[in-house]
Amino acid sequence: MTDHGHTARQAELKRRSSGRLMIFGFLSPTLAILLFMVAYPIFSLVYYSFFNFSALRQTTMKPVGLKNYEFLLTDPALWERFVFTGKFVFICVALQMLIGIFVGYQLQKNFRGRDIVFTLLMMPMMLSPVVVGFLWRYMLNSEWGIVNFLLSSVGLSKIDWLGQTTPALWAAAAADTWMWTPFIILLATAAFRGIPETIYEAAEVDGASPAYRFFRITLPMSAPVLFIALILRLIDSFKQYDLFFALTGGGPGSSTETVSFAVAKTAFSYFYTGEASALAVILLVIIIGLSMILVRHLQKMGEKY
Amino acid sequence: MAEISLKNLTVDFAGFKAVDDVSLTVKDGEFVVYLGPSGCGKTTTLRCIAGLVNATSGDVLFDGKRVNELSASERNIAMVFQFVSLYPHLKIRENIVFPLKARGVPRAEIARKLDWVTDVFKLGDELDRYPSALPPGARQKVALARAVIRDPAVLLLDEPLSAIDEQFREEMRWELGHLQRQLGVTTIYVTHDQREAMSLADRIVLMNNSRIVQISEPDRIFFDPVDIFAGQFIGSPSMNLIDLVPVSGGLRLGDSDVTLTVDHHDLPEWALSSRKPLKLGVRPLNVHLVDGPQGGGSIPVDDVFSVGRERFFTFTVGDNVYQGVDKRTNRSGTEGRVSFDPAGLLFFDAATGRRVDGGAAE
Repeated sequence: MTDHGHTARQAELKRRSSGRLMIFGFLSPTLAILLFMVAYPIFSLVYYSFFNFSALRQTTMKPVGLKNYEFLLTDPALWERFVFTGKFVFICVALQMLIGIFVGYQLQKNFRGRDIVFTLLMMPMMLSPVVVGFLWRYMLNSEWGIVNFLLSSVGLSKIDWLGQTTPALWAAAAADTWMWTPFIILLATAAFRGIPETIYEAAEVDGASPAYRFFRITLPMSAPVLFIALILRLIDSFKQYDLFFALTGGGPGSSTETVSFAVAKTAFSYFYTGEASALAVILLVIIIGLSMILVRHLQKMGEKY
Repeated sequence: MAEISLKNLTVDFAGFKAVDDVSLTVKDGEFVVYLGPSGCGKTTTLRCIAGLVNATSGDVLFDGKRVNELSASERNIAMVFQFVSLYPHLKIRENIVFPLKARGVPRAEIARKLDWVTDVFKLGDELDRYPSALPPGARQKVALARAVIRDPAVLLLDEPLSAIDEQFREEMRWELGHLQRQLGVTTIYVTHDQREAMSLADRIVLMNNSRIVQISEPDRIFFDPVDIFAGQFIGSPSMNLIDLVPVSGGLRLGDSDVTLTVDHHDLPEWALSSRKPLKLGVRPLNVHLVDGPQGGGSIPVDDVFSVGRERFFTFTVGDNVYQGVDKRTNRSGTEGRVSFDPAGLLFFDAATGRRVDGGAAE
């Protein structure tokens, strides 16, 4: 009997292991690509961040422990980059959410030409950030840009948009908002239209005013989607680089460089590869933190509905 | 609470008249049921009273005051919808008090009303749950609680029970009827289910093709239909409808060799002299099984089925098969013939479908 049981168990084990082999066989191409494309770069990124190392001089690679991090986190110039990036993110996300929700709410109603208006509004999102950057750079040119032309034609003085830090910040925020508000409009409209008509009718019958309906029904019911949109915009504008590259080139001076801009400059202008790696790791940790909020929120959403 | 009047109400949806010249007064505290097949305009009429649909012409009056221009939120109505309309992001407690909060009712009063309504609907255990955690029947109960919590002028119910399980539906129906009498709130209820209409209504408004067919008490609408539609829509199994062909001395039933006569079948004298082609309506309830030889001027029974104590049977006239129900006899087998209860014979104009024996005084 025991012998019999033994062989049965062996057969079971064999079947299971061959199953596992099959699973591994199917997964291995994807796993290999993933390892090569994601795991290896991240590993080398973290690895380089502990060295005083330049990609230009591969032979001199000195381990420095946490020195790179220590240097970066105590560098006032870097903190300025974080503060600037924070301002930029806050202005962009606030503007995009407010305008996006407002326009989205108008667009959820059915009216003639809604689809055309909607399609036109989506256009900026389809452009490359570098293209948007150059477009706005020309429009904001202090001598012959259309913005200053319009300002002077109504009697206002010209503004040197891209030559001063604060106007440049607002110019970049305007460009980013122009480009990415459609994304919020898209998601907000979808969320608003997903609310069943009877819910609104019930609220109307219940005596709720239009404003009360918006704040107590529309917003809370679409909050999960809007929250996702918000986090995605946070992450995306936090790592904004190419728009500034094209629009201001980081200037005047380095006053409109974002953290990502600083990473790129450190890595590919100065070729301080070790230091750039450490900064990228810091950036990565922040973005992973933001993503975790998103993921946890998505899980909670799955449980509730 | 209020008296609700409709005056020549018409709703035109881009050329399609969903409601056509409907007039009706619902008395204060009355329970009126709009009954009819789907697409007959009953729900549109209700939504017009609610203010969710605009009247193309005609008036909606609450206690004599015209409310056409008021929005739904200004009319002080409460409504329970066919499909779930609870706010999914709010707990049951918040759902129920929503109408009070939306109107800025003071907190103390909200708490008092919530206690009352929780007690009436026995919702104590559900208050802190979300709508998605409740079965459909309980959700409609919450919707009803939300509707009555603020003493509405009129309670509008749009097929509130149709999405609920059969078993729970029956229970909810009795509770609803009980509650309505207890609160005395003017209630307008829309359904396509005649059993709901018959058991709940003070008066039934039967609608078809966007118009009112008949308004009467549940009993009368059953025994005294104004036309063929009313006769056949109400009652189950459905009313038998047999063509009458004038022959010498009586009226022949369709293509059969059976003739109704004044002597044998209490056929009214006027029917013989009627110039219009007639149809005979007779409810299965008014068809009886009797002993007797088959053939020769009587209708034979085809089949008999027993369901509990009732006996359902079929008989054939010409090419058509008809039904009867007998609750009295104990006889079995298919031997026998059919007789019509003279009191239950209804005569209709074959061309217009209107009742012509003068029964329904509408």
